[in-house]
Amino acid sequence: MFQFLMKGMLRDRHRSLLPSIVVTLGVFLTVFMYAYMKGIMGDMLNNSARMESGHVKITSLAYRGEVDILPNDLAMEDGAGMLVMLRNNYPELSWSERLKFGGLLDAFDENRETRAQVGVGGIGIDFFGPDDADRTRWDLETGLRAGTLPQQSGDILMAELLAKQMEISVGDDVTLISATVNGSMSLQNFHVAGLIHFGTPPLDRSMIMADIGDVKQMLDMGDWSSEILGFFPLSYYDDALAAALVDTFNTMHCDPLFMDNDSMAFVANLEHDEHIDRFAPYMVTMLDDSNMREYYGYTTKAGSIVSMVMIFAMGIVLWNTGLMGAIRRYAEMGLRLAVGESKGHVYRSLIIESIGVGVLGTLIGTAMGLAASYWLQEVGINFGDMMNNGTMLMPTIVRARITPEAFYIGFFPGVLATLLGAALSGLRIFKRDTSSLFKELET
Amino acid sequence: MRNLAGFILIFTLPGLLLAQPDVEEILKRIDQQMVTESSEATATMVITNRRGRETRITSRSWSQGEATSLVEYLSPAREKGVKMLRLDDVLWMYSPQADRVIQISGHMLRQSVSGSDLSYEDMVDNGKLLDIYDAALVGEDVFMDRPCYLLRLRVKEGVKDIAYAQRKVWVDKTRYLPLKEERYAKDGTTLLKNFEIREVMKIGDRWYPKEMYFKDVLAKGQGTRYIVDDIKFGVDIPDFIFTKASLRE
Repeated sequence: MFQFLMKGMLRDRHRSLLPSIVVTLGVFLTVFMYAYMKGIMGDMLNNSARMESGHVKITSLAYRGEVDILPNDLAMEDGAGMLVMLRNNYPELSWSERLKFGGLLDAFDENRETRAQVGVGGIGIDFFGPDDADRTRWDLETGLRAGTLPQQSGDILMAELLAKQMEISVGDDVTLISATVNGSMSLQNFHVAGLIHFGTPPLDRSMIMADIGDVKQMLDMGDWSSEILGFFPLSYYDDALAAALVDTFNTMHCDPLFMDNDSMAFVANLEHDEHIDRFAPYMVTMLDDSNMREYYGYTTKAGSIVSMVMIFAMGIVLWNTGLMGAIRRYAEMGLRLAVGESKGHVYRSLIIESIGVGVLGTLIGTAMGLAASYWLQEVGINFGDMMNNGTMLMPTIVRARITPEAFYIGFFPGVLATLLGAALSGLRIFKRDTSSLFKELET
Repeated sequence: MRNLAGFILIFTLPGLLLAQPDVEEILKRIDQQMVTESSEATATMVITNRRGRETRITSRSWSQGEATSLVEYLSPAREKGVKMLRLDDVLWMYSPQADRVIQISGHMLRQSVSGSDLSYEDMVDNGKLLDIYDAALVGEDVFMDRPCYLLRLRVKEGVKDIAYAQRKVWVDKTRYLPLKEERYAKDGTTLLKNFEIREVMKIGDRWYPKEMYFKDVLAKGQGTRYIVDDIKFGVDIPDFIFTKASLRE
C-alpha cells in the first residue's frame, strides 16, 4: 500500500510537490534560525571567555572585590606556583595567566618629546612560554595586519586603529606611562612589533598587548598574578561543570565566609579584618565574573521562545498545508468512498501520505538548513562596518552554530504539523454520507 | 544696673578686640615659616600600601621661591634617578629607565605621587597662603597639646587651578605652624585630604616641620609620613638645576 501511495504522490504533483516545498521551506527556516540564534549566543559567550573571563577565573578575594578597577596591587602572590598547582590538579582545563592594565601611550619625536598621547588598555599574555594555548586562543596571526607577533622582550602589539590615530608604524618605539603596584608612576619603552585588528571595535580603538613578563616588570609585580583563566576543552562553556568546579576549588582554598556571599561589596568591606586571608585565591564562573548570568538566562529563554514561536508558526503553516491538501482532494475522497473503499482505509492512506510528504520535506529542509547554517558557521557575515562606533565587546562577524538539536528540531513542525493537519482535515471523511456520494460527485 | 553693664562693655570691648589676632598677620607668619627663598633638603617618604607593607622613598630636593623646585629620588633602586621639576605651574617628570621627560598635566596632576597620599597637584599647589586664600578666624582649639587658632580659608576670587578651594587650619599660636589641616573641595563640605605636622624642629629662628602626615581621605591605605631628614635654608643653587636639560644629567 505504501508503494502504491508513493507512486500516486509522485505522479500527481499537486499531492506531493507543493506540500513538500512548503514543508521544506518551513523546516529550512526553522533549522537555520535555530542555528543562527545558537551561533549569536555562542559567539558572545566565546568572545567574552576568550577576551575577558575564561570559562572560570581565579583572582584573589581582594582583587575580586574591586575587579572593575583592575586592582593589580591586590593580586595573588606566587602566581607561578598557583599555575603549576592548577595544571596538575585540574588538567582537564587549559590554564592561562592574564594581566590587564591601563595607562597612557606616549609617542615621541626624534628629540624624545611627546608627539601624541592616548589612554590605552593593555593585556599581558604569555608570548614566549612553552604553552602557546593562549596565543592560539587569541588567534593573533589571523588579525595581524602588519609586522609580526612579539618576538622578544620589549615588543608589543598595537591595535591597528590606535596606531593609525597616533601615527605609529611598525618598528617605532613608544613609552607606556602607567603606575606600579606600589603606586609609583612607571615609564617603560616598548617596541611596536606588529599592528593587529582584533575585530572588536572597543579593542581596536585602544588596545595593546605585551608579554606578561614585561608587563609584570613594568608594574613591579614580581611573581604576583592578577587573573588566572581556565578554559574547558573545545571552547564550549558548560555552566553546570563550571559551577561544580568553582564549588570544589573554593571549598579547598577559600574562607567558608565567602562561599555563600561573594558580592563585591562584601569582599571589599573585609579590608580591615585581619582574620581573613584577603589574598586567598577565589574562583568564579564566567557568567558570574562578567555579570552575565542574568543576561545569559534572559537570552537563553528569549532564544527558546523565538525557536518555539518559529516552530509554532511553521507548524501552523504546515498544518494548513496538510489541511488544504486534504480539502483540495474532497472529490477524490468521495469517489474512492463511492467505489467501495472503506473510510478507515482512505483516512489511513491520507495519514501515510502526509507522513511521507512530511518526512521528505523535513529531510530536504533539514539538509538545506544545515548546509546554510554550516556556511554561516564557517564563513560568517561581517557586520564590522556597522559596529565601528560600538562600545560593547561584541564579535563583528556573526556566525551560526550547528548543535545536535539542529539535526532533529525540524521534525517537529515538518512531520508532526503536517500529520496533524492531514489528520484533522481527514476527519471529514467519516462525516460523509455514502448514500449521497454520487449526488456530491454530480456537482 | 543696665548702666553698669554698659559701662563695663564700653571699657572692656576695645581690650577684647585688641586681643583678637589679625588673621592676615597669622597667614603672613605661616608663610614666613613654611615658604623659603631657597632650600636644599633630604627627606624620607614612608608609604604604607593596602597590603600593609611599608615603602621608604628617600629624595633630595632643591627649591627656589614658591614656584621652582626639583626633587630627585635616591632610593629604592627602582625609583633611583627619577626627577620631578616644577617650573611655576608646570611639572615635568624624568624617568631614567625610559630616558623620557614627561609633562604631568591635566588629570595626571591628581594622581598619587609614588603611591603616597600626596598628589602631583599637592606638589604644585604650595604658594603663599596669603596670596591664595581669604581667611577667617573661627575659633581656638588645642592640637597635640598646643594651643591653636582655628582658621577657615576660602580661595580668593579670581584664583584658579587650586587643588583645595577651602581649608580648615589649626595654627600653633606661638610657632605659627599649621599643625593640622582639613582640605576640602569647592563645595566646602567634601573632605579630600588631612594633613598634620607631627614633629617640628627649630633651624635658626625658624620653626619648620620635621615630620608630616598626609592622608588622602578618598583613597584606601594608611596614610603617608613625610620626614625631613636634613634641610638648609638660603643656599645658593645654580640656575641650571631648574632647567629641563638638567633632568637628564
